[in-house]
Amino acid sequence: MPPKSKSKPAKSSRAAIDLRLYVAGQTPKSLAAISNLKKICDEHAQAAYHIEVIDLIKNPALARDHQIVAIPTLVRSLPVPIRKIIGDLSDTERVLVGLQIVGAGKS
Amino acid sequence: MAKKINRRSHPLTPLPKAPTGIPGLDEITGGGLPQGRTTIVCGGPGCGKTMLGIEFLVRGALEFNEPGVLMAFEETPEDIARNVASLGFDIEDLAAKKKLFLDYISVEPSEIEETGEYDLEALFIRLENAVETIGAKRVMFDTVEALFTGFANPAILRAEFRRLFRWLKDRGLTTVLTAERGEGTLTRQGLEEYVSDCVILLDHRIKDQISARRMRIVKYRGTKHGADEYPFLIDERGMSVLPITALQLQHGVSEERVSSGVPDLDEMLEGQGYFRGSTVLLSGTAGSGKTTLAASFADATCRRGERCLYIDFEESPKQVARNMKSVGIDLEAWSKKGLLVHEAWRPTQFGIEMHLLRIHKLIEEVKPQAVILDPITNLISSSSEKEVYSMLLRLMDTLKSSGITTVFVSLTSGGATLEGTKVGISSLTDTWILLRDIELNGERNRCLYVLKSRGMAHSNQLREFVMTDDGVQLVPAYTGAGGVLTGSSRVAQEAKEKADLLLRQQDAQNKQQQFNRKRLALQAQLEALQAELSDLDREATETGLEERQRMAELILDRERMAESRGSK
Repeated sequence: MPPKSKSKPAKSSRAAIDLRLYVAGQTPKSLAAISNLKKICDEHAQAAYHIEVIDLIKNPALARDHQIVAIPTLVRSLPVPIRKIIGDLSDTERVLVGLQIVGAGKS
Repeated sequence: MAKKINRRSHPLTPLPKAPTGIPGLDEITGGGLPQGRTTIVCGGPGCGKTMLGIEFLVRGALEFNEPGVLMAFEETPEDIARNVASLGFDIEDLAAKKKLFLDYISVEPSEIEETGEYDLEALFIRLENAVETIGAKRVMFDTVEALFTGFANPAILRAEFRRLFRWLKDRGLTTVLTAERGEGTLTRQGLEEYVSDCVILLDHRIKDQISARRMRIVKYRGTKHGADEYPFLIDERGMSVLPITALQLQHGVSEERVSSGVPDLDEMLEGQGYFRGSTVLLSGTAGSGKTTLAASFADATCRRGERCLYIDFEESPKQVARNMKSVGIDLEAWSKKGLLVHEAWRPTQFGIEMHLLRIHKLIEEVKPQAVILDPITNLISSSSEKEVYSMLLRLMDTLKSSGITTVFVSLTSGGATLEGTKVGISSLTDTWILLRDIELNGERNRCLYVLKSRGMAHSNQLREFVMTDDGVQLVPAYTGAGGVLTGSSRVAQEAKEKADLLLRQQDAQNKQQQFNRKRLALQAQLEALQAELSDLDREATETGLEERQRMAELILDRERMAESRGSK
């Protein structure tokens, strides 16, 4: 994965959860999504995770390669199956359900 | 943004157009789609929307040097490439040459969760990247409405659509947008509300089990356009639209004459045949020799070194060629030389517009000097009489304006009016040759007459149509005291007349001889009488002389006596 990564927490490269957030420049929606995602992961993630923020303005071809249409889009590429969440991730509950990164007990 | 923003410097210049290159479509739109604007192509499933859009892109790249971007929402580039490969378009090759850019946008609603605010900026980024990669002038979206199934928030989508159309317009990209037709609206999502420069509606209907495609320009802002429904078809060479209302009566005329292929028939048409560029109708009952006459014309055309297009709706070319050999016409030889193009297809094979378009395409390809349609009456089986009539009218118009001599063969079915055609085009044709059978004395003979031929003093004679080993011959039919006779009765009547004539001639000869004899006899009599008369005359003269001599002698004697008496 060529784009520069803002790899988040200390937990090593062998992360169980691999997240990619696609944004287009420093728009309010993008910035909100980035901070919301960090917050959710800090508070709720139960496994090691890795976040990569991809700016499509800098790498426009990646939008095609990864089938991104909406901005911002959060893609969980690991664990499979791939899941996509679009929007500024302001609804924490829905993000958690969508990513399924919290334990099975929570919903 | 690297693209220049197109701004019209002159608000009064006519709307610039981007030609589609699709035959017929540029005619009805007055030059093409609005340049730098968005056109919506809508219609039901399978109506040819995608086809129109792709052809617009492909022809733009190939013919007008305008590279294009295809944003596909429904089919993958592989599928699209395969679909249009059958039409002779090599999309992959165009993509490799950077004349076309394909982007497949997959929107899977099941994998997407929405939380909060978003926009479709990534779509814009992809589009912009594609446009810049190849320097595109044209864009096509197929079918953009797929986004509505992928995203749940219609308010965001509508705002983004508005932004998209403005974005496209600002960059001067000529865009085609395909959309499904909705219930009571042109498009299911009401896209026409955002884009209202040009809307084209496609329709695919089935009538009497035959498919018919129609196109209508619902709207074209700032330009005059055809408002009717135009038939169109999609075949192995792509799409073609047929402008119907292009009917005009302004074609040039030719004084030149062309042989009908039958010297005797030329003789009936002032000895010169048809006018070049005229339409000829050959009508007649079954087996009256229509095809033979048409084939003779084809033969004559090829003999002059001209090209002839023979369209058959009844027999296969091979069958016609074989049959015509029996009358000394070798059509196959002309086909081999490339002068004769003999095409045959069933009238029921497709709808009437298809026929017309196919004929048009053949004419464009072959560029013939003569066209033969055999028989036009069969076309009715694929359509209604009215439609056939209007099709033939349009065809006639094209043919006449291109100076092509045309022969229409029309079958008059049993019981129908002889002097009429089922499709009612007789009044439109310039020359009408009627073939009919005359049944007499247990045989059936073919007859031909020129019912009309505009602009020439044609024969008014009914001729017998005889097929010989070397072509058609027209024998003057017997017309006399015994009525019009043909075939063996004509031969018999002619023989009888000959005998009668001989008899009369002999009779007259005999009489003449008798007269001569009598005259000679009288002459002889006359001569004898004349001889008698002259004898009589001579006798009379002689008698008179004797008498005078005697009298003189008597006087002399008396004198002598007196002398002798007196002197003594």
